[in-house]
Amino acid sequence: MTPYGIIAEFDSAAALMDAARRVRDEGYRRWDVFTPFPIHGMEKVMGYKNSLVGWFALAFGGGAFLSVVGLIWFCNAFDYPLIVGGKPMFSPPMTFVPAYIMLIMGGAIGALVGMFATNQLPRWHHPLLKYERFSLATRDKFFLVIGANDPKFSQAETRKLLETLGGANIEIVEAD
Amino acid sequence: MAELSPNLKLLQPPKELRRSPVVENYRGLGALTDKLAAFTEGKIPKWWLLMFLPSAFCAAVVLPTMLIYQISTGVGVWGNRYPVMWGWDIVNFIWWIGIAHAGTLISAMLFLTRQHWRTTIGRAAEAMTVFSVMMAGLYPGIHVGRAWFDWFMFPVPTYNGLWPQFRSPLMWDVFAVNTYLVVSTLFWYMGMIPDLAALRDRATSRPKKFLYGLFAMGWTGSAWQWHNYEKAYVVLAGLATLLVFTVSSIVGLDFCTSMLAGWHATIFPLYFVIGAVFCGFGMVLVLLIPLRKLCSLEEIITQRHIDRVCKLTLVSGLIIAYIYLMEYFIAWYSGDTYERWVFSHRLFGKTYWYGGWIMIVVNVLMTQLLWFKRVRHNLWLVFFIGLFINIGMWFERFVIVVGSLYQDFLPSAWRVYSPTWVDIGTFVGTLGVFFTMYLLFIKFLPMIPLSEVKAVMPDADPHRKPAKTAAAKGAKS
Repeated sequence: MTPYGIIAEFDSAAALMDAARRVRDEGYRRWDVFTPFPIHGMEKVMGYKNSLVGWFALAFGGGAFLSVVGLIWFCNAFDYPLIVGGKPMFSPPMTFVPAYIMLIMGGAIGALVGMFATNQLPRWHHPLLKYERFSLATRDKFFLVIGANDPKFSQAETRKLLETLGGANIEIVEAD
Repeated sequence: MAELSPNLKLLQPPKELRRSPVVENYRGLGALTDKLAAFTEGKIPKWWLLMFLPSAFCAAVVLPTMLIYQISTGVGVWGNRYPVMWGWDIVNFIWWIGIAHAGTLISAMLFLTRQHWRTTIGRAAEAMTVFSVMMAGLYPGIHVGRAWFDWFMFPVPTYNGLWPQFRSPLMWDVFAVNTYLVVSTLFWYMGMIPDLAALRDRATSRPKKFLYGLFAMGWTGSAWQWHNYEKAYVVLAGLATLLVFTVSSIVGLDFCTSMLAGWHATIFPLYFVIGAVFCGFGMVLVLLIPLRKLCSLEEIITQRHIDRVCKLTLVSGLIIAYIYLMEYFIAWYSGDTYERWVFSHRLFGKTYWYGGWIMIVVNVLMTQLLWFKRVRHNLWLVFFIGLFINIGMWFERFVIVVGSLYQDFLPSAWRVYSPTWVDIGTFVGTLGVFFTMYLLFIKFLPMIPLSEVKAVMPDADPHRKPAKTAAAKGAKS
């Protein structure tokens, strides 16, 4: 049985925030926090850059917009030219409303797809989900996990660090 | 940033200016989670069954019967006769799509403006959106008469080589309604993922754990997941906000691009958007006031939240009043004989005069009651105001659609429209489907967003130091 990491439990967002700062300052790199709701400022402590989800939304939305413009050109001007009120067969403004609507649809789908892709979801299993107290992570407890794959990881020292940070129920979680 | 001088004391604002908490009687995150999940996890109460059975009957028996009869026989079973070819079907379509708008406004626009109170009612309002868009989408599909040709509305390559006419607002409607359904469903579902994970973690039986776990997609709530999730949520909220203004505008364009007196007005897109939001707020009140009572959520959906929805209703009601005034003014100012005829007949005609007066009495005059705090705090009264707004707005659409059509340019063609039992049955059926889905939603899905409500609690602030207080130590066990 190989360990997945060491988990520690905290009672408040503030306590977790302090602990996370210390873990970062100690030089750990493979660690994560698990919280019932997003904690603002945590992304800075974790050193995250701007999420890529926005780019997914832009790509899907922009792609949908351009494809609908192309579709309308193909349908009403190229494949079966349709004369409506003596107007030109194709002009960009006439495509705007459907294209704009599909931009919204594409952007929304892109945002969801992007969220799943960046988070590597759906995922039916996670080593932490086997740890019994982890179910409190969606309730009122705040967890900090230091991964066993961290270069600085050592069972004794890492546990000691988490103890000094005030973590409760410190345990080793097994990988599968 | 410079540190505050230690001698400087921040004065508390006077009591009446202080913000009341989002949730009353707050007893910590754990207790709050229990409270929010209690209804979903509890036994099925009697009132739920009493409401569910008739709704499910309408959904499973009445609506399918009406649809089978209408589709197999033809649109002639409705009251639609020349010149009134848009009857209850289109009235109900606009009514349902309108109701949807308030849900998106609450869940998306109030999210972007960081209104914390919206967290408690956002999910319930968003569910209302999803279900009412479904009901709205049904109507154009059967209104076309030959429902088996519905695929003509989509650009599908076929052997006859014909394509839709993309310059028509009716075609835009197809795109708009479908997009609205997809986007509001995605927004609703994505918001639920962390809460489904919470229900998964709380589930006591295996089937529940499996099902909630399946739809929670393996959510763990790590900082990285929240980071991307929040970004996606704000993008979706921004896109959904665009839809609040787009969908009903396009429905309005269906009308105002025609040459019919009473429809041919540039104010229509705005008119329909505001009307939609106004009617939707009425529905939010009708749904939330019984909901908070029956599910014992008075501490979560507080009087203050109802108060705010009332104020938003009032604001949209005032804009509606202004638009009504403008409509009559423009009809008079245009000098157009037909316009003047239609608008004078809205109030003083022989047939549908009551519709015009209901619009004024209910939508304009009755809404003014919401100016008074004593009215807003009388929930029975607010409930009935919400109900009447729904009825009043239904009549507004009836007046616009049928009232403008039944006396067209050729007096020999005039005909009074009256709905048939199939019209009424179809409407009752859609109400049944809506309430069936809504009741299933409140019973089996997290109707109050757990993570969002918890995130606006004082404990969520990472700069707060409760660890040093005695209360927090006591709660440590």
